[in-house]
Amino acid sequence: MAETAASDKTAGARSDVTKYFQSKTPKSSVASDSLFKALLYGSAVLMLLLLGGIIITLLVESIPAIKATGFSFFTETVWDPVFQEYGALAFLVGTLLTSFLALAISIPFSLAIALYLGEYFREGAFSALLKSAVELLAGIPSVIFGFWALFVLVPLVRSIEIQLGVVPYGVGILTASLILAVMIIPYSASIGSDVISLVPAELKEAALSLGATRYEMIKKVVLPYARSGLCAGTLLSLGRAIGETMAVTMVIGNSNMMPKNIFSPSNTMASIIANEFAEATDTVHVSSLIEVGLLLLIVTLIINLLGSYIIKKMTLEQ
Amino acid sequence: MKKILILAMCIMIMGFSSQSLAKELLGAGATFPYPYYSKLFDSYKNKTGVKINYQAIGSGGGIRQLLKKTVDFGGTDAYMKDKDLQKAEGPIVHIPTCLGAVVMTYNLPGNPTLKLSSDIIVDIFFGKINKWNDKRIAAINPKAQLPDMNIVVVHRSDGSGTTFIFSDYLSKVSTQWKEKVGAGKSLNWPCGLGAKGNPGVAGLIKQVPGSVGYVELIYAMSNKMPYADINNRAGVFVTPSIESVSLAANIDLPDDTRVTITDTDAKAGYPISGFTWLILYKEQNYNGRTRAKAETLLNMLWWVIHEGQELAVPLHYAPLPKEAVAKAEIILKSVTYNGKPILK
Repeated sequence: MAETAASDKTAGARSDVTKYFQSKTPKSSVASDSLFKALLYGSAVLMLLLLGGIIITLLVESIPAIKATGFSFFTETVWDPVFQEYGALAFLVGTLLTSFLALAISIPFSLAIALYLGEYFREGAFSALLKSAVELLAGIPSVIFGFWALFVLVPLVRSIEIQLGVVPYGVGILTASLILAVMIIPYSASIGSDVISLVPAELKEAALSLGATRYEMIKKVVLPYARSGLCAGTLLSLGRAIGETMAVTMVIGNSNMMPKNIFSPSNTMASIIANEFAEATDTVHVSSLIEVGLLLLIVTLIINLLGSYIIKKMTLEQ
Repeated sequence: MKKILILAMCIMIMGFSSQSLAKELLGAGATFPYPYYSKLFDSYKNKTGVKINYQAIGSGGGIRQLLKKTVDFGGTDAYMKDKDLQKAEGPIVHIPTCLGAVVMTYNLPGNPTLKLSSDIIVDIFFGKINKWNDKRIAAINPKAQLPDMNIVVVHRSDGSGTTFIFSDYLSKVSTQWKEKVGAGKSLNWPCGLGAKGNPGVAGLIKQVPGSVGYVELIYAMSNKMPYADINNRAGVFVTPSIESVSLAANIDLPDDTRVTITDTDAKAGYPISGFTWLILYKEQNYNGRTRAKAETLLNMLWWVIHEGQELAVPLHYAPLPKEAVAKAEIILKSVTYNGKPILK
């Protein structure tokens, strides 16, 4: 008896739903549907237009610099706003050097954190603490990292430099790379731990049942499986390192010369723009700075494309 | 009903904005005089009710905004070059507001007061003198204990009026500097480290033993940093101070006040000093500006070069000397609306 009542109820509910949809004319439902679609489509197109707009603006604004300097912009190292010579090679080298050095420093740490959180201790008080610490690290504004680097890292690097017998500036490429490494670890670590925790348990159990130790299981099963995701995380963090401005400007030494070694002061593309844009009045100077911005965009784009190619290839190999 | 409400709101907004037009001025530019300007504009608001919104976005930004006519006046530490003035749609005039100076500061054991001559400063910034116990430094500082330390040069990394005044001085005292490096807000420095802003330079100097750099006098004074006496053209070593900076402007000024007073002829003047200016269009009727707004602007500037000067000294800015005020008065009287002078 009770069963029939329940089924009656569900049947009633079902007919209510049907009625609701039938009561609406097909026209209006189509209209709201197409409106929703148009809205989605519109925002997607807007995003593309925005990107296109940024690229076009940068291109148009850098025309005076392209006319004045031509190809030597990419090969010259002299940046002299007084005598109107603009070459961005030193900044390109500075950017790539600091970013890749930071990446190299960060990988062991981020991988270790990712393995710890994703494989060894997924739950527990310490792991929760570590997880929230990593997330917190990602949320700290970069100017605070810059201050910390200025007051803690710079004296530390200086004392190392005194030991090594190089000029003890304290600021320079190494200091910038170190602070960049600290800043990008949370990105690659949190993506890495997510990817590692997604490795199917059957695969891991299979490896263990074949007599593999935990280390062997991680090396032969977990890491190869999570490879493309780990790469993606690393790439994302590289993107952040390349574009980072504030913290780097504070500790890189801001010298426009080509760096001689990793202790030399240098300048990155982002830091030269941050330094000189506010006070630049001369057309070619402003335009050259915008061209540096365009170059920065292109470098980021190339690295992203390269990255997605690598990820694709790795996924195919599996 | 709804329409009437909206209409009423529109009228109210329009009414408010037309009323506030003459009560509000917008300016943008130099950061160096910003503490002085904010004090100035605050007291002016208390006195007259005119609200002045000055955004310290840098001299370059101030000039750009004025050229685009988005502000009522701009502020700059380096006067506009002829080339920049030609870009403007109409003549632009410069009104000096106060003077600032750049001092050489350093980090040495005990921080003795040093004397530095112009040729020594040039060679330090070229990287030619790289030890503190160099013979030439020791010769003019017989009493100071100079250590056997490397000199680490620190300069501004961001484009700034401070760098302009300093490099303008170096270009005047050294032809080699003029030919190789020149004067500007951003330079191709022959050596040294760059740091952002006065706090950046000061911070780096405090950290690196044996470093030397340049900061604004105001900044060095309020942070109790050591700074060097520097010889001027008359050969006198002058201690930078508000008085010696004001004295540096005691020279024949051109009528448009567009002049650098570094390496001054004035005997008691400190040689690395400079004016800072507010800039505006000579013909104030543009972009549909009202006469009331132009009058408000002119009255404010008149106040700045007279009563406003008293506010400079407590903030360590050097007030304008009499001659500069007289020149500025003539310039302000030449500003017109529809071709007719605004001030009488």
